[in-house]
Amino acid sequence: VGNAEYLALAAGAANTIAVSVLAIAIGTPLGLGLALIRWSQVRGLDGIVATLVSLLRATPAVTLVLLVYFALPTVGLEIPRFAAGVATLALGSMAYNCEIWRAALLAFPRDQLDAARAFGMPRGLRFRLVILPQIARAALPALVNEMTLLIKVSPAVAVIGVTEATRAAVRIGAATYDPIPPFLIALAIYVVVIGAFVATQRVLERRHREGAFA
Amino acid sequence: MIPHGIEVLWEQRDAMLSGFLTTLVIAAVAAVCAGLLGLMLFALLISRVRAVALALAWLIDLMRCVPFMLFCYLIYYGLPSFGIVIGNLMAGIIALTVYNAAYIAELLRGGYVALPREGIEAGHAFGFHGWRLLLRIILPPVLLASIPMLGNQMVQIIKDSAFLVIIAVQELTFTANEIQATYYVPFASFVCAMLLYWALCLMVEAGVRVVLTMAEARR
Repeated sequence: VGNAEYLALAAGAANTIAVSVLAIAIGTPLGLGLALIRWSQVRGLDGIVATLVSLLRATPAVTLVLLVYFALPTVGLEIPRFAAGVATLALGSMAYNCEIWRAALLAFPRDQLDAARAFGMPRGLRFRLVILPQIARAALPALVNEMTLLIKVSPAVAVIGVTEATRAAVRIGAATYDPIPPFLIALAIYVVVIGAFVATQRVLERRHREGAFA
Repeated sequence: MIPHGIEVLWEQRDAMLSGFLTTLVIAAVAAVCAGLLGLMLFALLISRVRAVALALAWLIDLMRCVPFMLFCYLIYYGLPSFGIVIGNLMAGIIALTVYNAAYIAELLRGGYVALPREGIEAGHAFGFHGWRLLLRIILPPVLLASIPMLGNQMVQIIKDSAFLVIIAVQELTFTANEIQATYYVPFASFVCAMLLYWALCLMVEAGVRVVLTMAEARR
């Protein structure tokens, strides 16, 4: 593995991180939005969201990325590979995060809401000041766990030609006829990236637990 | 355009069905093998041989940081470097089995850790040791508690199997992609594949519910 190869792998790693972080940044709030629709039991929408989430959760990322990349142009929407990759991962993340947010919302103590309502707090303020901080804290471990899962399916975007870490490693292996070293480097990249998320989760959980006992 | 896509898919229904059955068989075989291998790894994880248990726990943690697609490539392109030559279908099944066995061993360990110690100590007191202790005393409650998680892992295996398209295993996504490329009906073919994956996952979920009610009834 020479310098050029290291550079290609580094570029791949940067793409992996960029695709994942963008998808997380888009998918997490969208998931919260869907969870709120289900939580407030908007008539009609509730069932549609539940069905969509169930379908998306059952769909492999590879299949979804192929659909997004090849089907959107047939309805006149040409999007670049990278954007198609981000959109796909964000859709999956949205579906999983919806369930996580919903679980946190369902576990939210009802009496706090009643109290806030009794004090005449408007709906938006109630959500922002009372609900969100608490459900965010409760959902955090599951959200971080979901982020690591997203990074692990992110190589799916290689299928439509986005050169992320895995695809970069495959190309180097094919060019040098020695696949093991680039694969091991790619593996190390994932271990570092995912390890960083898991370590953050551990720290946050510990802080949370200490906070609960304090 | 969409009616045309459905028409094409209807003409290609045999190909689609064969892709679906391939996915079904691969997932089923990998699930059984991963379950058995996962059980063995779990037995080693909780064994008294500390060095083995620690090394294995470390390996499993490592595996949980590896994307399945990378692992799949590693098996497919890596094994020949060690003189082991296998076909793409075999490589895919091995990759699915080993990868998910690590997750299954870990989720069983989670169930074991949450188990009350009294039952196991009682088993010891009644003279259960080694394999008999594992099979008769430890495994039944651990498996019972792990049923929903094992169902989730089964869904994961089904979804992971789509990654085998990269090593040209002719499963559902591969078939959908071939039909899409030949007849230019991406929307219909991939949505059809998605619906079939969905059906599989819903069947697993229903199966989990049935097993749970059966377990509840026998308790």
